[in-house]
Amino acid sequence: MSADSSQSLLPDLLVEIRSVSFGYENNLVLRNIDLTVRRGQVVAILGPSGCGKTTLLRLIGGQLKPSRGEVMVDGLAVPQLDRDDLFQLRRKMGMLFQFGALFTDLSVFENVAFQMREHTDLPEEMITDLVLMKLHAVGLRGAHELMPAELSGGMARRVALARAIALDPMLILYDEPFAGLDPISLGVVSKLIRTLNDALGTTSVIVTHDVATSLDIVDYVYLISDGRVVAHGRVEEIRASSDPFVQQFIKGEADGPVAFHYPTGDYASMIFPGHGD
Amino acid sequence: MLLQPLAGIGGKANGLFSRVGLAGRFLLETVYYSGMCLRRPRLVIKEIYFVGVLSLAIIVVSGLFVGMVLGLQMYDTLDRFGSGEVVGMVVALSLVRELGPVLSAILFASRAGSAVTAEIGLMRATEQISAMEMMAIQPIARVVTPRFWAGVISLPLLTSIFNVTGILGGYLVAVNLLGVDGGMFWSEMQDSVDFRLDIMNGFDKSVIFAIAVSLVAVFEGYHATATAEGVSRATTRTVVISALLVLGLDFVLTAFMFRGI
Amino acid sequence: MKYSMLDLWVGLFIVVGVAAIVFLSLRVANQTTLRANETYSVTAEFDNIGGLKVRAPVRSAGVTVGRIADIYLDTTTFKAVVKLEIEEQFPFSSDTSASILTAGLLGEQYVSLQAGVDTETLSDGDDIWLTSSAMVLENLISNFMFNAASEGDQ
Ligand SMILES: Nc1ncnc2c1ncn2[C@@H]1O[C@H](COP(=O)(O)OP(=O)(O)OP(=O)(O)O)[C@@H](O)[C@H]1O
Ligand SMILES: [Mg+2]
Repeated sequence: MSADSSQSLLPDLLVEIRSVSFGYENNLVLRNIDLTVRRGQVVAILGPSGCGKTTLLRLIGGQLKPSRGEVMVDGLAVPQLDRDDLFQLRRKMGMLFQFGALFTDLSVFENVAFQMREHTDLPEEMITDLVLMKLHAVGLRGAHELMPAELSGGMARRVALARAIALDPMLILYDEPFAGLDPISLGVVSKLIRTLNDALGTTSVIVTHDVATSLDIVDYVYLISDGRVVAHGRVEEIRASSDPFVQQFIKGEADGPVAFHYPTGDYASMIFPGHGD
Repeated sequence: MLLQPLAGIGGKANGLFSRVGLAGRFLLETVYYSGMCLRRPRLVIKEIYFVGVLSLAIIVVSGLFVGMVLGLQMYDTLDRFGSGEVVGMVVALSLVRELGPVLSAILFASRAGSAVTAEIGLMRATEQISAMEMMAIQPIARVVTPRFWAGVISLPLLTSIFNVTGILGGYLVAVNLLGVDGGMFWSEMQDSVDFRLDIMNGFDKSVIFAIAVSLVAVFEGYHATATAEGVSRATTRTVVISALLVLGLDFVLTAFMFRGI
Repeated sequence: MKYSMLDLWVGLFIVVGVAAIVFLSLRVANQTTLRANETYSVTAEFDNIGGLKVRAPVRSAGVTVGRIADIYLDTTTFKAVVKLEIEEQFPFSSDTSASILTAGLLGEQYVSLQAGVDTETLSDGDDIWLTSSAMVLENLISNFMFNAASEGDQ
C-alpha cells in the first residue's frame, strides 16, 4: 500500500482527492479522505450504508464543496471552478444516480437522447442509432417507447446507466449500479461496465456495497467506514488482507469493527426511560 | 419579554425580504437564460399546452358563470332605476377592468401554477435537477424558462377568453332570459367601454399578473424542499402567495390606472 | 401525446385567445381614445359643473364630437375649467357656446356645443367664452320654493 503513494505522483491521475473533509451542517460525514483514481482504471468505493459514498461522488462532480482539502479532476481543482468551467468539465463526466433520476416527463428513448440533443447537433437518424445502441447494451432496446413510470426499479436503473454512458464520457461515476438487479442483469451490467471502460478508454468509479460483484470487475478498491478510508489496495491485496474490518466487510458479518447501528444512545434506556438512572 | 413577539415578527419579515430578494434574482436569472426558449420554441409550446390549453375548460366555464351571475345581479339593481339596458356595460366594465384579470389569474394559479410548482419540486425531490446539472445543463434554462414564458404567454390569452365568455354569459342572461334589447346591450357597452383605458389597462394588468403568478410557481417549485412534504408545502404556497399577490397588485394597479375615472 | 397533436392544440389556443382580444377591442370597446392625435383641445369656464366627469362626451346636436379630457378649479376666479378634446373633423366657430346638460332626468351629464355664426373656427388652446352652467336640481327646487313662497305672501 505504500506503493500507492508513489503512484499518486504520476501524471496519469484522473481524480485526486487530498485530505478532504466534508460535513452537512455540523454533522461531519467525510474525515480526511485521500483517494486517487488512475486513468483507465475501474475503482470501487465500498463501505457500509450511510458512510458518505454518495457524498464523495458529489464532491467529485462538483455538486458539493469540501470544507477542507482539495478535489482535482483531470488536473482541475473542482471546488474552485466557476460555473462555465465546471459545466465544461461535467460534459466529460457521466453519472448514474443512486435512485436513477430519470426525467419522468420524457420517454426512455428521450432520456437517453437528452444529452445528445442538448449538447450536440447530431442529425436525428444518428441520435436514433446511438440511443438504440446504448439501450441495446443494457438490454432494453425493446423498451424505448415506455415512460419511466412504466419501468420496474431494475429497468429504470439500466436506463439510467444507458443515459450515463450516452456521450461516452471520460469519467463515469456509478452510484450503486448493482442495486435492484436480478442475477442475469447483474452479470450483464457488471461486465458492461468493465467492457465499456476498456473499449472506450474511460475511467470508472463505482460506489457500491455489493462486494462480491465489484471485486470481480474492478482494478482497485477503497474501503470507507465512518467517513474514513480504512483500507485500499488492488483486488488481490484486499482479498488477502487480514485487516479485521476488511474481513468483516467482505464476509458480511454483523459483529466486527463496523457498527451496524447508526450512532445513538443505549437501546434499553431509549425503550425504558429512567431504566438506566 | 414583551418584545419577544415583535422579535418573532422581525425574524419573519427578514425571512420575507430575503425571499423577495431571492425571487428577484431568480427572475433576472430566468430572463438571462431565456435564449434557450428562442432557440427551441418547441419547449415553450409543450408547456403552453400544459398550462394554457389544459386551463381552457376551467376558464371558459368560470367566465360564463361569472358573467351570468353579474348579469342577473346587476339587472335587478339597475332595473329599479329604469336602466336595465346598461347591464351590458356594467358586466363588460366589471369583467374587463377587474374581475377578468383577477379571477383568471387566481384560477390560473390554482390550476396551472400549482401543477408547475409540483412538477419542478418533484424533479428536485427525485434528483432530476441534480442530474441535469451533472449533465452540464443549466436547469433554469431547460426547466424553468419554458414554463415561465408559457405562463406569461398563456394567462393574458386566458384572461381575454374569460372576459369574452363572461360578456357572452351576461348577454345570455340579460337578452335571452330577462328580455333586455340585444342592440341596446351592445351599444350601451360600446358607448362606455374605452379601448385604451379599459381594454388595454385590463390587458396590461393580466400581463403583470401573468409574470407574477408564473414567477411564484417556478420559484416555489425550484426552491422546494426535496421531500414529498416539501413539495406539497410549495404547492400550497404557490396558490396562497399568488392569490394574495394578485389581489395586492390589483389594488396598486387600479389606483394607478383608473384613478379619478 | 404526439407532438403534432400538441402543436395543433396550442395553435388553436393561441388563435382563440387572439380572437378574444380582437373581439374585446372591436365589439366591446369604442376607439375614441385611439384617435387621440386627431383632436384639438379647447377650454371652457363654468360657474358650476354639477356632476360632470372626465371622459364624459361632448355633443353637438346630439352627435358625440369629443370627450372631456380634464377638469380643474381655477383658484383665482374660482370657476371650474373644463378641457374639451374635439375631433379634428368637427370645426366649430369661435363664438360657439357650451352648456352642461343631462341625458334623461337622472342620466349622465355631458357638454353640449352650440355652433355660432363666426367664420373663424376654434383652434387648439382656444377658450370658449359663452358658457352656461349645469342645472343643479337643488337650486331649481329651492328657486321654485322661494318663488312659490313669495307668491303665497302676496
Ligand atoms: N442533504 C443532506 N443533508 C444532511 N445530511 C445528509 C444529507 N445527505 C446525506 N446526509 C448524511 O450524510 C451521511 C452520508 O450520506 P451518503 O448519502 O453519502 O451515504 P452513502 O454512503 O451513499 O449511503 P448509502 O450506501 O446508503 O447510499 C449520512 O449519515 C446522511 O445522514
Ligand atoms: Mg448513497
